[in-house]
Amino acid sequence: MTLEAFADTIVPGEKRSPDDRAVAGASHGGGAVAAGAIELLEWDATGVHDGLDWFASALNDHARAYATEHGLAPDETVPPFVALGFEHRTALVQKLTLPGHPEKPLWVSLALFSNMAYDSAAHMHTADALAAGHPGLIAMGIERPDPDGLWRFPEFSYGRKLANLHPDTTSTGSPA
Amino acid sequence: MTGIERTDVLVIGSGFGGAIAAYHLAAGGAKVVILERGPWLTGKDFDHDFKLGSSYTRAFDFTVGDGMSILGGNCVGGGSVVYFAAMPRAPRFVFERHGSIGRRMWPAAINRDTLDPWYDRVAESIPISQQTWSDVPYAGGLWAAACNHAGRTANPVPAAIDLSKCVNCNWMMAGCRFDAKKSLLFTYLPAAVAHGAEIRPLHEVQKIHRTSDGGYRVDYDHIDGEDYRIRGESGSIEAKIIIVAAGAGATPVILQRSEDTLGKMPRAVGRYFSGNGERLNTAILNEDKVRDVLGLTRGDGLAYEANQIGKGPVVASWDRLDGSLPEYSRFSLEQLYFPPGLGTILAQVPGMDGISWFGKDKKEILKRWRSWLIIFQMTEDDNEGVFGPPPAKGNADRLSQQMLGLGPLKYDPTPNTLRGWAEADAEVKDILERDGIAEVAAWTNDVVGAYTVHPLASCRIGDDPETSALTDGNELRGHPGIFVTDGSSVPGALTVNPAMTISALAERAIPGIVRAAQERGVDVKYGAPAPDGSTSGRRGVQDLLPTLTRG
Repeated sequence: MTLEAFADTIVPGEKRSPDDRAVAGASHGGGAVAAGAIELLEWDATGVHDGLDWFASALNDHARAYATEHGLAPDETVPPFVALGFEHRTALVQKLTLPGHPEKPLWVSLALFSNMAYDSAAHMHTADALAAGHPGLIAMGIERPDPDGLWRFPEFSYGRKLANLHPDTTSTGSPA
Repeated sequence: MTGIERTDVLVIGSGFGGAIAAYHLAAGGAKVVILERGPWLTGKDFDHDFKLGSSYTRAFDFTVGDGMSILGGNCVGGGSVVYFAAMPRAPRFVFERHGSIGRRMWPAAINRDTLDPWYDRVAESIPISQQTWSDVPYAGGLWAAACNHAGRTANPVPAAIDLSKCVNCNWMMAGCRFDAKKSLLFTYLPAAVAHGAEIRPLHEVQKIHRTSDGGYRVDYDHIDGEDYRIRGESGSIEAKIIIVAAGAGATPVILQRSEDTLGKMPRAVGRYFSGNGERLNTAILNEDKVRDVLGLTRGDGLAYEANQIGKGPVVASWDRLDGSLPEYSRFSLEQLYFPPGLGTILAQVPGMDGISWFGKDKKEILKRWRSWLIIFQMTEDDNEGVFGPPPAKGNADRLSQQMLGLGPLKYDPTPNTLRGWAEADAEVKDILERDGIAEVAAWTNDVVGAYTVHPLASCRIGDDPETSALTDGNELRGHPGIFVTDGSSVPGALTVNPAMTISALAERAIPGIVRAAQERGVDVKYGAPAPDGSTSGRRGVQDLLPTLTRG
């Protein structure tokens, strides 16, 4: 739940149900969680899979401190990071990923994979993800491949001269 | 006697620097072995797939440093397999640069005129196309039209692409499925193999030792073909000549790690790293303005929405490649496709103050991804990168099974570099925000530092032993018989894509390497034609050979 809330801070989405606490509901359409962030993070190919319990625990420690610092009322029914509102989650993740923060590389790696779940569905074959209506790839408008799973764009060019060449261009097409 | 394997020439890395050296030495008669850290992939292996474990991650290395991250090739053919095949020559003023040392940093013997014959050799060896406007995909055309609208020029970039085979799929970062990109897999490497060179993929070199007979021994580890974190058996090979061409992010690491066995390294090993002054901007186009202001339509009702279509960088603005401008104010601006994954995370929201590389507003601009246009700036940086102590193995502590690792490079941009970036940012904004065509924001440097796809200069040539690790013949100072021929040998940022210059410098180093091999008793001659048998390039450098083979 904590890591879902983290991934949702990176690419926010709509709540999966009215009582969804992890996903804050800060955006329309699916976000990183719906895109498969947890599945990707749990895959051993990422290298962060072994540390997920640590990530969740550390994030909640930071959230607890953040809540105290900002005088936020505790909510014992969910983990401390989940208890934060979306704007506070965002502020905390910004703090953890700032240059100079000692844990920055760790939180950046978690953010990187959360983003990749959404913008490239890195846990799925891309063609399959598109066919399955992956929320990130569809929202970005990525074209579907040809039936053999490969992309080709036979129409690709405006087909006309659109600028003058630099006057100092050599006969081989390089700068002089 | 041990049963250790011996060869004449051991080449570390199979990218431009390694492949060119391997070809010429094998063709000249030497026994050549190439150790390549990555896998050996060919056409059918190149996937159209972002899933981890596809060629998109197998063939790449993304090494996060402190202030600079490096994207580089990790496969047989190295950068040539994953690059965008842009092959311009460096402009004349680049060779006169002073950079951070206050005097000309290139060797006195090298300028554009003396390098041109070597550029010609490369051009004869790697088929390079000059693209017409009909070859230019929508993104390049849009950039050209915007430049023209702003009173600038724009050039289709020469590229090592067989345009008759290209389908503009924009997957060339994952290797070309259609054999349109003329990588080293089609040129120097098969020619090297035909002359007996052996390529051994998934062999990662760790360390170089001296042997008692004045030669060298190289230690390597086998790397698992799927999970690069897993190492297999280790081995060693002895050779009379070593060519280090592991890439500017790895060559200095191997040499640093070898200091206790080879002896003191030149001071410049692992210093003076340049990211080629690179920086990226994302423009988000206003489709109505593209149609109304620039007069562009695709014919299917769309004005642009073509970020996904094309072949990497195709059109560049070279107006600021003006030698009369002060150093650090000269740069090229190149339209570039960067795929999702690595190509979106660092983009920021135009017009938004504060942190915007993630979150609610970032998601909104992702929804307009089809209308993105990425502009790649190649500026003059200050060679401020320094490698810290090497990791235990390889060039990085690997995090993921492929691609992602943490490396020892530290890069703290100087005011000169920052000024160049700011001027380039301003120029992109001036061109693309004119009349509301687009909104532009630079990629953030706060997440993984600055970002380069063209690492250079970490073990560079020069005339001054204090500020260059190599002689002007690419030999490692104080270590005769060890040569470095990859991008780390290039003295500094080039303001254009560097593959052509890396290759020309490698070609130029060959006569001296052949001479050194002969002096070490290797029966080898210089003078191989281009890999396809063409000979005009060889004739073109004939008069230069005496100066390059002095004893």
